[in-house]
Amino acid sequence: MSRIGVFVCHCGENIARMVDVTRVAEETAKLPGVAVSVDYRYMCSDPGQNMIKEAIREHKLDGVVVAACSPQMHEPTFRAAVVEGGLNPYLCEMANIREHCSWVHTDKELATQKAIDLVRIMVEKVGKNQELFPIKVPVTKRALVIGGGIAGIQAALDIASGGHEVVLVEREPSIGGNMARLSETFPTLDCSQCILTPRMVEVDRDPRITLYTYAEVEEVGGFVGNFKVKIRQKAKSVIADLCNGCGDCWNKCPQKKIPSEFDAGLGYRTAIYVPFPQAVPNTPVIDRERCTKFLKDKCGICEKVCTLNAIDYTMEDEIIEVEVGAIVVATGYDLFSVGKDQPNEQWTGYGEYNYDAYPDVIDGIQFERLLSASGPTQGEIRRPSDGKEPKSVVFIACVGSRDPEKGLEYCSKICCMYIAKHAMLYKHKVHDGQPYVFYMDIRAGGKNYEEFVRRAIEEDGVLYIRGRVSKIYKDGEQLVVVGADTLSDSQVQVRADLVVLATAIVPHRDAYELAQKIGFGCGSQGFFSEAHPKLRPVETNTAGIYLAGACQAPKDIPDAVAQAGAAASKVQLLFSSDELEREPIIASVNEATCVHCRNCIRVCPYSAITDKEIKDKKGNLIKMVAEVNEGLCLGCGACVAACPSKSIQLAGFNDEQVFAEITALGSG
Amino acid sequence: MRFTIESQQLESDLVKRVEEMIEQSPSICYQCGKCSAGCPVHYLMDIPPNVVIRLLQLGQIDRVLESRTIWVCSSCSTCSTRCPKEFKIAECMDALRELALATGKDTPSEKDIKLFHQVFMSNMRMFGKVHEASIAGVYKLKSRHFFADVGAGIKMFLKGKIKLFPHRIKGVKEIRAMFEAAGYGRKEKEEPSTEDKEQEKLI
Ligand SMILES: Cc1cc2nc3c(=O)[nH]c(=O)nc-3n(C[C@H](O)[C@H](O)[C@H](O)COP(=O)(O)OP(=O)(O)OC[C@H]3O[C@@H](n4cnc5c(N)ncnc54)[C@H](O)[C@@H]3O)c2cc1C
Ligand code: SF4
Ligand code: SF4
Ligand code: SF4
Ligand code: SF4
Repeated sequence: MSRIGVFVCHCGENIARMVDVTRVAEETAKLPGVAVSVDYRYMCSDPGQNMIKEAIREHKLDGVVVAACSPQMHEPTFRAAVVEGGLNPYLCEMANIREHCSWVHTDKELATQKAIDLVRIMVEKVGKNQELFPIKVPVTKRALVIGGGIAGIQAALDIASGGHEVVLVEREPSIGGNMARLSETFPTLDCSQCILTPRMVEVDRDPRITLYTYAEVEEVGGFVGNFKVKIRQKAKSVIADLCNGCGDCWNKCPQKKIPSEFDAGLGYRTAIYVPFPQAVPNTPVIDRERCTKFLKDKCGICEKVCTLNAIDYTMEDEIIEVEVGAIVVATGYDLFSVGKDQPNEQWTGYGEYNYDAYPDVIDGIQFERLLSASGPTQGEIRRPSDGKEPKSVVFIACVGSRDPEKGLEYCSKICCMYIAKHAMLYKHKVHDGQPYVFYMDIRAGGKNYEEFVRRAIEEDGVLYIRGRVSKIYKDGEQLVVVGADTLSDSQVQVRADLVVLATAIVPHRDAYELAQKIGFGCGSQGFFSEAHPKLRPVETNTAGIYLAGACQAPKDIPDAVAQAGAAASKVQLLFSSDELEREPIIASVNEATCVHCRNCIRVCPYSAITDKEIKDKKGNLIKMVAEVNEGLCLGCGACVAACPSKSIQLAGFNDEQVFAEITALGSG
Repeated sequence: MRFTIESQQLESDLVKRVEEMIEQSPSICYQCGKCSAGCPVHYLMDIPPNVVIRLLQLGQIDRVLESRTIWVCSSCSTCSTRCPKEFKIAECMDALRELALATGKDTPSEKDIKLFHQVFMSNMRMFGKVHEASIAGVYKLKSRHFFADVGAGIKMFLKGKIKLFPHRIKGVKEIRAMFEAAGYGRKEKEEPSTEDKEQEKLI
């Protein structure tokens, strides 16, 4: 016969108002196996906890039921108290007589009856509980950072400064991300590259950081502390160790008219190229889809001009395998596509803005490239069609954002600010030019942000017109922008030389695929999901995987950097001990009865179950079964319900325990 | 009535005049609407005060000069007192009234208010302070509303609120200089009106 203690809490008036707690204690004291049953005003208080500890010793208890609030609230408190009293923490259960009883009922007699039932159920369960012990898993103290924008760079540098190895994987030939393409940054107008490139160089120099550019993550297996990652290093066709970045090859490459991705199509690059002069690493890559050597087996000029023999046309993709303990995902954003070419079938684009038809209708990143000293116009504002200096520029806010019909529901958060910046910088460069902004609201929440926007309006004379633009059409050399000003009840037609669309910030085009590959969640908009929007903003729901930067939601640089720092410190927290402790509430397979139907493998939302071969001593395959990976299983129980042969049991919730609860309820 | 604003109309020399007169740019207004919220005569206006400022921002000063609003405004300055951006709306209204008269763009309606405004201003110029009796006299002569508000006038007279003879303040010269400096009465379209002369005659 077990010796169980029952502790009934009043929770001040919260429970006692609707439940006769004294009667609950008296009634449950009579249950078989209950050695002691008491009630107290606040069980979670120090005196309350001490009551439990002393009762364990005095009555030699082998199980404890606390009838109080939800285990979500105080289970850790009472389990800790039970441990101090000398029992295994998993021999303590809570009967929820607050959320499930006193708070939701109005009849005191019935509520009291129900409370007694709830306690009786838990008494029966505790009688069947077994001691459980935390699972210990080792931690590989090396981190993987995916994406080398400012967020990924910051996370990598911070983790490395903490003394740990970092593997940084960037898909493009250089790190830097979108920030490298910006001219000056709001609200201080400091030059983007000037503040970014020193950090890029630091990444290159830090011996603890291994950098793979022109590379992608191919596969991620394992679990927190023990991930196994396969990285595909795409063939650069240039031997990095030999190349010194002299530039002879790209200067001589005859393929000179390839639209530059970095310049958002406004400039050109060669087939062998570095995306921009300050690229890190400064090793070029050959774009095999554009190179004459690969297309027609002709040319080969770069190989001839390279005095260091660094060109290697036969180089092949390489798969690199690394083991890491934590992963920081920092894959950033793309811009909503306004033209005909739509990546998402729900989007219809904005035909009325004629982005495809008129070269002088451009997007925000293209305008950044026009402003940038390293851009295709060396920082002079020249419009794409005829290279003339535009005297009137219209900026259009919320293109694709806040438009559930044609685009996305959400606000992209940063465009209001960069529009003000663009209009201001334009005015600084073209003194006799007039910037106009069509907007719906000006969202400038942030330190010195509102002041920045007011400066654009009041000091630089940017004219803000409150309304969306209906259409843009061509009239001679100019574009006529037809909009409205809802503040004055007017239709407004502005003749513009150049139109800049502030297109929505969307997740990186293959974000969903990446999340699937690694095994964590995406929200409905495709941005990666944090574990809790307020309390766990940099963690994902998968242990050991963290988020940084604009891949989680549209973000500006200060926010991206702050989140990257937070993610790095979470990683260091994980790396602060050699072993991880995990809750032992996990599933296990009875190999003798498992029929290998693979139902569990299909239903497990965490991919924690795999196939296992059982072999005899000679190595002959006897049978196949399912196997639960202790590191990955989160104890959701889906597999238990799916198993037709009852071969999977969840520790702490095995059949015997659950049936004991149900029987107790029936016998009441 | 809806308006279409073309970009070439978004800039206006007359708005620049207003800016000079009140030494402020309408661009500082962020259209919060607090001026309109507090205006006691808002319900009589065809354009609310904040929209007046908005139209100036868009160079649409003609719509403002033609409005009734600028004449309905009672110069109580509630708007200026409340404006979070310290924009001088009431002063701006004043400038607009003067510009409307000077350019002849003023609305043909609101004759009485305009007349009263002119009589009031010339009276000020004359004496350096307001002389109610002569204002009333000139106004009634010109408006031909001989009997309106007579009861109130008599009550005020009996309480000693209305003096029979005007009193000229010492600094009248300076006041007139101020009127000149502000460009008062400088007409840009038609000949100057005769309020000043009539006022002189009456005394
Ligand atoms: C027009 C415009 C102007 C802006 N101006 C400002 C400004 O003035 N001030 C300001 O604070 N912010 C500004 N921003 C916002 C700023 O660009 C972002 O805050 C910042 O770039 C976010 O950094 P990130 O590292 O999160 O993402 P990104 O810069 O997008 O970097 C992500 C990186 O991950 C890489 N990547 C993506 N997928 C993979 C993959 N599967 N594997 C490997 N690598 C991958 C990408 O190639 C990229 O290098 C502006 C944005 C725009 C569009
Ligand atoms: S930040 Fe401004 S421009 Fe961008 S979507 Fe939000 S409201 Fe529109
Ligand atoms: S308990 Fe859940 S996570 Fe664990 S193996 Fe079963 S289904 Fe997967
Ligand atoms: S109160 Fe001031 S800021 Fe607000 S609408 Fe009126 S003038 Fe503009
Ligand atoms: S001064 Fe004129 S506009 Fe301002 S609150 Fe008074 S009446 Fe209204």
